[in-house]
Amino acid sequence: MAGIDYASLIPNNVNLDSDKKLQRALEKWQPAFLDWWNQMGPEGYQAHDVYLRTAISTEPGGWAHFGHVKMPDYRWGIFLDAQEPDRRIPCGDHAGEPAWQEVPGEYRNILRRIIVTQADTEPASVEQQRWLAQTAPSLYDMRNLFQVNVEEGRHLWAMVYLLHAYFGKDGRDEADDLLARRAGDADKPRILDAFNQPCPDWLTFFSFTCFTDRDGKYQLGALAESGFDPLSRTCKFMLTEEAHHLSVGETGVERVLRRGAQLAKLDRNGDARAQGGIPVAMVQKWINYWFSYSIDLFGSEISTNAADFFGAGLKGRWAESKDYDEHTALNQWQRMQVIEAGKLTEKDIPLRNAMNEVLRGSYIKDCERVLKRWNQALEEEGTDVRVSLPDRKFFRRQGIYADCHFTPQGDMISAEEWQARRGEWLPSEADRSYVASLMHQVTERGKIAQWIAPPKKGIHGNAFDYEYVRPPQG
Amino acid sequence: MADAAHPPVSFETHPSKYKHWKLDISGPIAAVTMKVDEDAPMWPGAYELKLNSYDLSVDIELYDLSQRLRFEHPEVRAVVLTGGYDRIFCAGANIRMLAQASHAFKVNFCKFTNETRCGIEADSRSGNATWIAALNGTASGGGYELAMACEEIYLIDDGNSAVSLPEVPLLGVLPGTGGLTRLTDKRKVRRDMADVFCTKAEGFKARDAVKYHFVDGSFPRSKWAASIEARAQAAVANNPMPTDAAPIVLEPLEPVLTDTHIEYDHVNVRLDRAARIAHVTVQAPGETPSTTSRTWALRCFRELDDALLRLRVNNLDIGLLVFKCTGDREAVIAHDAALDADTWFNRQVRAYQARVLQRLDNMAKSIFALVEPGSAFAGSLFEIALAADRSYMLHDDDETNKVVVTGVSHGRFPMHSGITRLEARYPGEPPTPAKILALGEALDAPTCEELGLVTMTPDEIDWDDEIRIAIEERASLSPDALTGMEQNLRFGGTESMDNKIYGRLTAWQNWIFQRPNAVGERGALKMFGAPERAVYDYRRT
Repeated sequence: MAGIDYASLIPNNVNLDSDKKLQRALEKWQPAFLDWWNQMGPEGYQAHDVYLRTAISTEPGGWAHFGHVKMPDYRWGIFLDAQEPDRRIPCGDHAGEPAWQEVPGEYRNILRRIIVTQADTEPASVEQQRWLAQTAPSLYDMRNLFQVNVEEGRHLWAMVYLLHAYFGKDGRDEADDLLARRAGDADKPRILDAFNQPCPDWLTFFSFTCFTDRDGKYQLGALAESGFDPLSRTCKFMLTEEAHHLSVGETGVERVLRRGAQLAKLDRNGDARAQGGIPVAMVQKWINYWFSYSIDLFGSEISTNAADFFGAGLKGRWAESKDYDEHTALNQWQRMQVIEAGKLTEKDIPLRNAMNEVLRGSYIKDCERVLKRWNQALEEEGTDVRVSLPDRKFFRRQGIYADCHFTPQGDMISAEEWQARRGEWLPSEADRSYVASLMHQVTERGKIAQWIAPPKKGIHGNAFDYEYVRPPQG
Repeated sequence: MADAAHPPVSFETHPSKYKHWKLDISGPIAAVTMKVDEDAPMWPGAYELKLNSYDLSVDIELYDLSQRLRFEHPEVRAVVLTGGYDRIFCAGANIRMLAQASHAFKVNFCKFTNETRCGIEADSRSGNATWIAALNGTASGGGYELAMACEEIYLIDDGNSAVSLPEVPLLGVLPGTGGLTRLTDKRKVRRDMADVFCTKAEGFKARDAVKYHFVDGSFPRSKWAASIEARAQAAVANNPMPTDAAPIVLEPLEPVLTDTHIEYDHVNVRLDRAARIAHVTVQAPGETPSTTSRTWALRCFRELDDALLRLRVNNLDIGLLVFKCTGDREAVIAHDAALDADTWFNRQVRAYQARVLQRLDNMAKSIFALVEPGSAFAGSLFEIALAADRSYMLHDDDETNKVVVTGVSHGRFPMHSGITRLEARYPGEPPTPAKILALGEALDAPTCEELGLVTMTPDEIDWDDEIRIAIEERASLSPDALTGMEQNLRFGGTESMDNKIYGRLTAWQNWIFQRPNAVGERGALKMFGAPERAVYDYRRT
């Protein structure tokens, strides 16, 4: 690989050109990554020219460079936010001490685990979504899917950079394993459950990018408050990109809701289905499902790991440096609902042990804002129907509520009642096959599938009917 | 009746009462599934048994299960040990339970756990049944130690599951319940890789675990069930033992418990709390030998086993066990002889008797044996005198008070160290055991004194006073110093892996368990799960 121009092949601000250690690691990993992308990336579209945004520097404007590119030629770069002079460890027992520029030996293993767990989600979602282009409702949506996919790929690069640069041979091995696991594979599943769920339709894709990628946003935000400075800087930069994914999901669901409301109005019986749309009540089930799957990802409500991560200064709260004055979180308590002897009761949990719940709380607040926007849209469409978030105890598979059953309103119910009523709240087989039946690819410029409203505007000043994805030439 | 900080523990259970284990027998293969009910710990409400972690109640069931496999399922040649939950095999001993348990309880818990594990290992070695650990998820700490008690270990290769011993980095204590010793002595893991493994909290996943021999193999999820089945079938195929013996059903012992007594058919324990003594009387057989569960050789040793466990865990204040054996010593010899023939039943009973005597060696209590006229210290019961720290034999006027050393003392009952109690008794005189065995007759007090088979032989005038003073003196000494001294002296001579496990458990593990770095205000074990992190005193001791 001598004579390779790293700077143009891999845009970066980490001095890749002069970093022998990184070069050696990437020489092996980069071809393996491309193999993985070709195998597991968007099926059938690797040769298309896609109107993508590429980050080529961290300067204002530099992170959003637009142009048509074939996805395997996408320039996955390595960017860290600019170094903040004299940054201090934001939280925990070391709060106020200079931030670590190298991995402290004491925390090497847990930091690696945190990074690997985060990193594993990035390729996982690409794998989950690889068939979706074949049912894209428009070229605009297809392009957004690909944009999300390449950026997840870049996030993988960002995390792999940390593993390669700071964790020696163990880090290189972990980076290799990230390309070996596969979403939903019985033998080599991805680490977290939500990332092994299938993504068979676009309503799932939008729900996933809205709710599950939003978990990513909050995890990245908490890691941006890490005392390990390279991790913090990496995550800060990733957050800018993550915002785009969230907006694809948020506006995507909103467009499905709008269309559902419009079609219901058109229909004599007020039935969106009769007009080929997805009723708002059905969208609600997808919201219920993906919201609860996503809040599982924050981990158990009462967690030793969470206390350790915070105490060690490896992971902070959302906006730890900005929103909090007190950074040890000792002798403070978080009130939460727990189940004792089969009944819900309130209990004060030491704040450090409740950090997962604190972060989940910030996330839920953000989701509530999204729901408000969706309901605003429904109001604009002139319908009285509204959507809502289920209670945080509803349909959980992780944490202290996992063993009991709750309604979306948060009332505890018996296993029998749950079995009898779950179809009211969660997508049934019939719902899923109905949504699947609507999924047909639309690739004509300016056209869009019946079940979804067009976006308010196109990408980067282009119109909706712009040719966002072009078939291979010749 | 307990003086421990907990209600008295019963070690009796039955598969129909198991809360944490499932036993499925299919021909020669037994599937043993650990599925711990987190809401059913030893003391409900005290802690939750999360992540398939275990406490004494889980271990009591495993011990019962292993005993029933031996006696009630003679057809079983391979035992597949697996976990009943997805992604987790077993997270080891429950940390919250350990954090709130008294030191004495922890020690007894670890000891009992290992006695069961050593028993499982003996089953694999003797060809009784090969235990195979099928780790369907992560096995950490005691979970991996439990796996190491099996002959073969397979780990699912799903990209997540690992084996680990995270005690040092996470808890500031040792994987010392046999873990470290089994790594080097049984698994033959290179010591530097064992060092890396034991300081890496998350442990090794399949690739490295296989490479460095922490496990014997790994299979992906899609091939898991079939591969484990094939390993079990191979173990069965390699085992020539017949499988047609009639099962022996172990009936409940149901001792009569009062404030002062634990009474069984053949074993009687009288507790003298004021003096901190338990008088244990073992009755020689009254009936002829049979091959049922009621035959003396099995029933009496089951009773002794149960009594020892209760004394250990429920009667911490008792410091001295004074053993007497009464009845017809010829009957003991006859029952011993009935076990000579190499049958399945005899093998099981002999091996079990040996384990009970090993449990006696492991008691953190002083043991005295009193040999008086009419006593039955012969054959297998004379092993109790050999196990004792001191034995007193009355030198009666007409010299009818006798003991009998038979061939069973020559190998039927090895100690944990691998040698016999007779051999351990004469470390500097290797020919002496053979000489004693060659005598082949009942031995009176002067002869025993001469041969060094007993500690002292007071005559009838001195007897009462000598015994009273010896007992009172013993009761006055430091209990800790006595336990340490006795354990040093009982296991003279060679060492085996089993022996090292108990020695290191009592020395290193228990030392660390007492140190401020583990259990002080900011000790690692104390701080586990707490919002604050441990603070160590970094000075080495």
